[in-house]
Amino acid sequence: MNSTKIHLSKLDLHYGKQHILKNIESEIPEKKITVILGPSGCGKTSLLRCMNRLTDLHPDAHLSGKILIDGTDILSSNEDITNIRKMMGLLAQRPYPLPMNIFNNVAYGLRISGRKKKKYLHHRVEHYLKLVNLWDEVKDRLHDPAVALSIGQQQRLCLARGLAVDPQIILADEPTSALDPQSSQAIEEKFMELKEAYTIVIVTHILRQAKRIADYVIFMYMGEVIEQGPVNEFFENPKQEKTKEYLKGMFY
Amino acid sequence: MKAKKIEEKFFRVLMFLSTMFICMVLFLILFSILRSGLPYLSWEMISSVPSGGYYFGKEGGILNAIIGTLYLSLGSTLLAFVTGLPVALMMNVHLASMPRFVNSIRLILDLLWGIPSIVYGAFGFTIMIYLGIRASLLAGIITVTLFVLPIMIRAMDEALKTVPKGLLEAALSLGSTRSEISYRVFFKQCIPGMITAVLLSFGRAAGDVASVLFTTGFTDHIPTSLNQPAATLPLTIFFQLSSPIEEVRQRAFAAAVVLVIIILFISILTRVLSRKYHKNRINF
Repeated sequence: MNSTKIHLSKLDLHYGKQHILKNIESEIPEKKITVILGPSGCGKTSLLRCMNRLTDLHPDAHLSGKILIDGTDILSSNEDITNIRKMMGLLAQRPYPLPMNIFNNVAYGLRISGRKKKKYLHHRVEHYLKLVNLWDEVKDRLHDPAVALSIGQQQRLCLARGLAVDPQIILADEPTSALDPQSSQAIEEKFMELKEAYTIVIVTHILRQAKRIADYVIFMYMGEVIEQGPVNEFFENPKQEKTKEYLKGMFY
Repeated sequence: MKAKKIEEKFFRVLMFLSTMFICMVLFLILFSILRSGLPYLSWEMISSVPSGGYYFGKEGGILNAIIGTLYLSLGSTLLAFVTGLPVALMMNVHLASMPRFVNSIRLILDLLWGIPSIVYGAFGFTIMIYLGIRASLLAGIITVTLFVLPIMIRAMDEALKTVPKGLLEAALSLGSTRSEISYRVFFKQCIPGMITAVLLSFGRAAGDVASVLFTTGFTDHIPTSLNQPAATLPLTIFFQLSSPIEEVRQRAFAAAVVLVIIILFISILTRVLSRKYHKNRINF
């Protein structure tokens, strides 16, 4: 019943001489929440960044292996990288709103895709702001700068902005780490709704968060995938020694 | 504990004295310029060209130099902006994954910045002779453009450097091309810095003597085409201050006052505009 959305095969990442990701094999299920868990520096963020090739920004990055999205290898295919990135929304550790007003932040993705009609833009912006439960808070000040919002609101704005590009996948890198508990909860709840329509990959080091929202867990340590599987199996019946130690809180 | 208090006090006094010293220098410059120039700054001075020759003629004012300076500075600042902006954006957006290459470009620009303007003047002069062009407004604008270009690019670069990587990544993730990111995100985020870069370059262009000495020439007339020589305020000061005739020297002091007023105006304008365009800027 589960189809695979992202298939990682023999994936290796080097930054110069550093071997960051070692022979990663994984199948990320479609329309589920997959959580990448692991201690700091284990390569979980790097793995996420491989998926939309933000690793290209690193001067000495070398990526080998395969990342198949719906069967298309994004590392070797001739498809334009901007189109690949459009398929994936990214939510960073802290929100990075664009230097423009609230409305234009959400409309940005639509505009660069060539949608310019005012009425259409208004309609879509309202739709996506409602989708992230931000509409009621900002509808009277759509033309205020995005920085005027609180951090939690900014993070939801960034989610709306990402969704407006109409992606199939949402990549989130510790999306709640800069937020207060209420805002974090709002984001988590949103993810639970969004998985109906999107494939979601979240990086976190918070075990309880993983337990709450994950369908599938990938546990990493020192650049390797130690264990992966459905959430219940992972937490209740871990097979690897390292996983057991991690779940007991023996290292972070 | 007591030693620390004395140390603290010592540095406080030192800082206070240094600040006072800087303020005093500024005040003295302004005072001496204004005292010698302000009495001669009349409507006639700024609204008429010198008559009877700039070195000996007693009549007329410095309009030729005011207009010449504005033409020259506006022209070269505009040229430097349109050629410099793509370079600065490219260094920070398109070449973001090649920091070593970008740093070598920065080194080259810093070297160019460090070259004295007389060298630019000599370079421009050599090229002019080679091409058979006479001293003219156009030759001056091109030479001054070369002179302010590294200043313009590095000033814009310093502003663009402050844009956090996360913003670039966020914009890339939305499927933007690098050019879209350049003009829609980075430029917008850095408008205050861009304004500073433009006005800094304008100030340098308006105040420089050496680069225009050979290339722009000097004249009593207001240039009506790019092929004609033009006068500038700094050169007016340079030539006329050494004149044996009192009235001519007065024009030099008036020119100094006008130059100071232009530079002060530019500085204040920078502040005002930067603040105005600060609204949408993301503070990280």
